[in-house]
Amino acid sequence: MPAGGGWAAMFPDEVWEHVFSFLAADGDRNAVSLVCRGWYHIERRSRRRIFVGNCYAIAPTVAVRRFPNVRVVSIKGKPHFADFNLVPSDWGGHADAWVAAMAEGWPLLEELHLKRMVVTDECLELLARSFKNFRVLALSFCEGVSTAGLAAIAANCRNLRELDLQETVVEENCVHWLSHFPESSTSLVNLSIASLEEDVNIAVLEHLVSRCTNLKTLKLNYAVPLDRLVNLLCRAPQLANLGTGRFTAEYRPELFSKLESAFASCKSMKSLSGICEAVPEYLPAIYPICDGLTSLNLCDAPVNGASLTKLVSRCKNLQRLWVMDVIEDDGLAAVASSCKLLQELRVFPCDPYGADPVSLTEHGLVTVSTGCPMLQSVLYFCRQMTNDALFAVARSSPNLTCFRLCIIDPHTPDYVTLEPLDAGFSAIVESCKDLRRLSVSGLLTNNVFRSIGASADCLEMLSIAFAGDSDAGLHYILSGCKSLRKLEIRDCPFGDKALLANAAKLETMRSLWMSSCFVSLGACRLLAQKMPLLNVEVMDEKKRGGSWDSQPDDCLVEKLYVYRTVAGQRSDTPPCVWTV
Amino acid sequence: MEVSVSDFDNLKATELRLGLPGIDAPEKPAPVSPRGSKRALLKANEECWPGTSKSLEADTSNQEAQPMAKAQVIGWPPIRSYRKNSFKARKAEVEAAGLFVKVSMDGAPYLRKIDLKVYKGYKELREALDNMFRCFSTGELSGMEGCNGSEYAITYEDKDGDWMLVGDVPWEMFISSCKRLRIMRRSEATGMPSSP
Repeated sequence: MPAGGGWAAMFPDEVWEHVFSFLAADGDRNAVSLVCRGWYHIERRSRRRIFVGNCYAIAPTVAVRRFPNVRVVSIKGKPHFADFNLVPSDWGGHADAWVAAMAEGWPLLEELHLKRMVVTDECLELLARSFKNFRVLALSFCEGVSTAGLAAIAANCRNLRELDLQETVVEENCVHWLSHFPESSTSLVNLSIASLEEDVNIAVLEHLVSRCTNLKTLKLNYAVPLDRLVNLLCRAPQLANLGTGRFTAEYRPELFSKLESAFASCKSMKSLSGICEAVPEYLPAIYPICDGLTSLNLCDAPVNGASLTKLVSRCKNLQRLWVMDVIEDDGLAAVASSCKLLQELRVFPCDPYGADPVSLTEHGLVTVSTGCPMLQSVLYFCRQMTNDALFAVARSSPNLTCFRLCIIDPHTPDYVTLEPLDAGFSAIVESCKDLRRLSVSGLLTNNVFRSIGASADCLEMLSIAFAGDSDAGLHYILSGCKSLRKLEIRDCPFGDKALLANAAKLETMRSLWMSSCFVSLGACRLLAQKMPLLNVEVMDEKKRGGSWDSQPDDCLVEKLYVYRTVAGQRSDTPPCVWTV
Repeated sequence: MEVSVSDFDNLKATELRLGLPGIDAPEKPAPVSPRGSKRALLKANEECWPGTSKSLEADTSNQEAQPMAKAQVIGWPPIRSYRKNSFKARKAEVEAAGLFVKVSMDGAPYLRKIDLKVYKGYKELREALDNMFRCFSTGELSGMEGCNGSEYAITYEDKDGDWMLVGDVPWEMFISSCKRLRIMRRSEATGMPSSP
């Protein structure tokens, strides 16, 4: 090797770029950029995709300057707990600054993926004007846009391939936004508008679907009735991913048979969702595509368990199943015996606050775990659990990468032994060596955190609620869990000591959320002082305009969000948030 | 998979030294706060620093302090509720207001809705339907009690999806299982197919 750093010049830049183009993972490209100055520059100029896990971790202008040739960008904003209304609604996560910087520096941008961010119509209008090659707009769990903004996108993005509004709240003030797709627009591959609550002009939609012959993904909203679904399917038999609108209507034999034939003509259908408020009479119309389905989302179909079971039993190739607990243990037993390729199971509560007894227990989970050898990802809501059941899951599914268990009543112990569920969760983390995401619930002491800290080497995201006895619990987590990136905690007796003793750990993580714990303002001040690369945000929604500076050290912080950043304090904090 | 926080030019060994509390910072007194017994736990916590055995009273008083049983806690259970709420609202609307069922009549251009709870028995129901659909029929509607003169039969769809002739079961049983009514021409009624 030539001395003095000149070895990068052994080959022209283009050669290195070509070599780097084989590195798909961001981590690998980051590593490459650290080797030497030459590689740093070659790598940054050739990077085409970036992922920003926290929109405040870096200033938009800095990101745009460092990577001038990006085509695809993903940015995440609010903390995950915003999904459950724990984050103040005006907390932030604004996309404006990002879109403005991108409009300046990335004229060739093709794809924008935003999650949990506040996007405005002005952003969308700027986007539509600035990027000639814009192809993909994916807004998931976002808010702030209206259909007027969508109209701007439809009208101006000539080559738009994907418009995906998954779970994004849209203010609906422009009824005819769909009509803004010009006649010449035939490029759509994905149109996902399930989150829109109002009617869309279905005739316009039908015409759009007809002329977009490459359309592969169509997710309709509740407003599209069953008979119009038939027309849409007939115009797009090539669809691979379908989200229906409402799946309920008065039973009419001719509608049923038209629906059934429409499904039968969709030979490429792989994924099905929507099926809102399905009535049992129409479910059999889906049977023709069951064999080919790899993904089925029945979260909006609180049909009786027997009907669900009949449907799911026909889906022999299912890899992902999202369903409500009305499927009950019996239904899950059918899943376990029919869906041998199942990788991901999510079971949601149909009536989480109600007292209606549902026969979904720990047995359903165990049956699926035992029966489905490829199971990797579980999200399970239930009302009772035992350590034995968790032992069984740990034994049968050692390849789990994601295990999220939510026992609906906090502090629920093993209902047979009345012991905490420490042993069960410990078994999970000890057996599932590749576990990357874990949510714990039920009655838990510090012991479970000792196990997690010691065994969960690959764990990247951990969610804890109503668990633990003292600071030691948090200390076990922060001093262990080598790969931890995101930690979110609510209503646990964790406080200052563990936080301050593990301050350095926080800089190796993306973020920490703690709400309704025992963290004092003084500790936050200390943490912020010691760790300049962390933003320590405290929040109290009752405090509007009052000064945080004057609050005493011993006052408890209701909500705390700590994240690493190279951008310093953000300038858009609302009154209820203070960067310490 | 994130943008590298420290870029090449700033790469330096960041050695962070943070001693245990008590070295750099004064030991904090247990905070006094008006939050009730939940916060009193902090005192118990101070004795529970790593290595020592956990104190059980922390756990039980935690349970007392938070009446979790059926009180709704913000953001718990952790499900996104906005769309599920609107479904529940629709469901609640439907269930709240009496036992309304749709009534269709073969040949009529539109359907009607009636509240079954309003009627005391089959006779009243028959009369009400007669009044409602008189304009569409040439004769009386009554299709029960083997009345051969009538052109129509009144049928209903039950919980299992089967179409049944009205009048066979006790009235209470009927209204609890009836989902919708259909007044069909007698000519069709005789050859009624079983539910698909």
